[in-house]
Amino acid sequence: MTFLVPLLVLVPLLGAAVALGLLRHQRIQRAITVAVLVVALAVAATLMVLVDQHGTIVVQVGGWDAPYGISLVVDRLSALLLTVSASVLLVVLLFSIGQGLAADDSEAPVTIFYPTYLVLAAGVLDSFIAGDLFNLYVAFEMLLVASYVLITLGGSEQRVRAGTTYIVTSLIASAIFLSAIGLVYGATGTVNIAQISERVAGLPDHVQLLLHTMLLIGFGIKAAVFPLAFWLPDSYPTAPAPVTAVFAGLLTKVGIYAIIRLETVIFPRPQLNEVLLVVAALTMVVGVLGAVSQTDVKRLLSFTLISHIGFMVMGVGLGSVAGTAAAVFYTVHHIVVQTTLFLVSGLMERIGGTTSTRSLGGLLKAAPLLAALYLIPAFNLGGIPPFSGFIGKLGLFRAAAIDGSPLAYVTIGAGVVTSLLTLYALMRVWDAAFWRPKPAAEPAAPHAAVAEPHETLRAPEPAPVTISETDGSVLTGGSVTVTDAASAGRASRPSPGTGEKARLPRMMVGVTTVAVLGSVALTVVAGPLYGYATRAAQSLESPVQYVQAVLGERP
Amino acid sequence: MTVTLVLVIAMAVLFACGVYLLLERSLTRMLLGFLLLGNALNLLLLVMSGAAGDPPIGKSSEGITDPLPQAFALTAIVITFAVSAFLLALIHRSWTLSRADEVEVDEADVAIRSARGESTDEDDTEVDTDTDTGGTPDDGHERHHEAPTDEREGSR
Repeated sequence: MTFLVPLLVLVPLLGAAVALGLLRHQRIQRAITVAVLVVALAVAATLMVLVDQHGTIVVQVGGWDAPYGISLVVDRLSALLLTVSASVLLVVLLFSIGQGLAADDSEAPVTIFYPTYLVLAAGVLDSFIAGDLFNLYVAFEMLLVASYVLITLGGSEQRVRAGTTYIVTSLIASAIFLSAIGLVYGATGTVNIAQISERVAGLPDHVQLLLHTMLLIGFGIKAAVFPLAFWLPDSYPTAPAPVTAVFAGLLTKVGIYAIIRLETVIFPRPQLNEVLLVVAALTMVVGVLGAVSQTDVKRLLSFTLISHIGFMVMGVGLGSVAGTAAAVFYTVHHIVVQTTLFLVSGLMERIGGTTSTRSLGGLLKAAPLLAALYLIPAFNLGGIPPFSGFIGKLGLFRAAAIDGSPLAYVTIGAGVVTSLLTLYALMRVWDAAFWRPKPAAEPAAPHAAVAEPHETLRAPEPAPVTISETDGSVLTGGSVTVTDAASAGRASRPSPGTGEKARLPRMMVGVTTVAVLGSVALTVVAGPLYGYATRAAQSLESPVQYVQAVLGERP
Repeated sequence: MTVTLVLVIAMAVLFACGVYLLLERSLTRMLLGFLLLGNALNLLLLVMSGAAGDPPIGKSSEGITDPLPQAFALTAIVITFAVSAFLLALIHRSWTLSRADEVEVDEADVAIRSARGESTDEDDTEVDTDTDTGGTPDDGHERHHEAPTDEREGSR
């Protein structure tokens, strides 16, 4: 079944080429893009099962044996992330198609969107299967160049400005990564990850430390770890909602994946683990403090994204099987939930005309379904018990408690504070956008043009204050039952909202509902999933298994 | 493993100039800086492959140049090319939109500054931070002007 592995990159790239040739035939273009991602998802899911049964799959591209040719490696960690990424890519694509089909939307994707999106998909999937540092670099560049195009899509002034920050930061990260590759090659004479792992132990300590640090900085910028995360909240929020969603879900996680690989296979010695734990704690706290102070939903979500990267780094920094397993599980959870929240913020922007919490309001009456769609992933991200966010955090904290060092306990403390503040920040949005009535007409000037068409439809909704006060008194009862309101919300639409419900394109809402249900499904399958993550972490416990799989048995 | 000193020096100079230009505000200079940095990286890859050897065609298989770093450099050149093309397009777009070739001041920074210094619009940022910590704008002015005189007295 080894032929499946290269398909993950080949199919999206070929699809991108075909879609690029069909710029004038949007319908065929859309069909091709969806088909390609469905194939990728099917391949990834098959690989996930196969790898779990038969162990790591290695493909030597072109038949050149391991240290000479390019290896593609799919182990449990790769397979799991491949499957989750492919499904997230597909869901976001359907969302953006829904946005495009809603004809009046100025945010609608232009024709170049689909081919670029496929190149991005190829880059993301390739970076998960690269068994070679240079191939990893090429995969990064592939997804980065695609992301440059996506983030400046439409080329408005604001996006060009935000794009510049993003592009220059990424360029510097790539430059650091490439020079690290050059130095690794100079020191070990190879770029094959398995072979580097074998040879690195023979290097002097200071050389190891230098290479390790350089690679970590390169990946850290991509993963948006605290001192290197300054670029993220400036660039992500200006992009169209689906683009932000897929960036938030996948691009930072590619960096996390690279860090996991780096810490478990390339430099398995616990050389920088304390540094990682300190950085993790700082990322969590600083990120969430940023989130608390924001008044724009998308910026706020970007800051929570940064703070939750800290949880994953924490798991890696513990350097134990339990820690890595929890980090892997948390990564999967976070990909799904963060993407969902950004999709919901896209819907909020569509209905409310803005994402500023100052001018949003009354959305609970206008779109009760949307309220449920927001609340479920928000609780999930904040770590309220039944959800996967809670399970992931519990796993991380337990792994840290087993570790038992003072630093680990400090990190646990930071994690708890972060969870609470995340919940606070997200509930503040809930309060401003959903619970409270629409603030008396004071639309922000720059958004006036956007909000204009919705304004007429919102007119028949005076939203009397007395009603919202009585609503407030049953707050707790409402939020408990709202968990399963995702499906129920559709049936029970209150009469005053019907006029505005028409504003929500059915496909966008449908896809977002699927994403929310998917995030809830993670909770349902949390047991098997956590088991899979643990097995993935066990096969990463010592690099020997990876090395043997790639280079074959050695005497 | 021996390397040519000239290559190392050239690489260092290119790195230095590239980083310097990247720190500029003008986008065109940043592009030039990126190009220099890209070339420095290619040199780094070559330097890391060790001393140059014979071409791989002909005579014996011993002492030939390591071909792998050359392949790396080639790939890196292609990627640099693609990214510079995109940067040029971005610069052009920025130019047509606003006739500006510069990285603009971040909106969030401006928002924070204006939120702090609502009463003292025309003053510089340092005064604004002062007013933030200590009461009325007038207080801030006084303290701001006092600080240098204190220093002068101290130095006397």
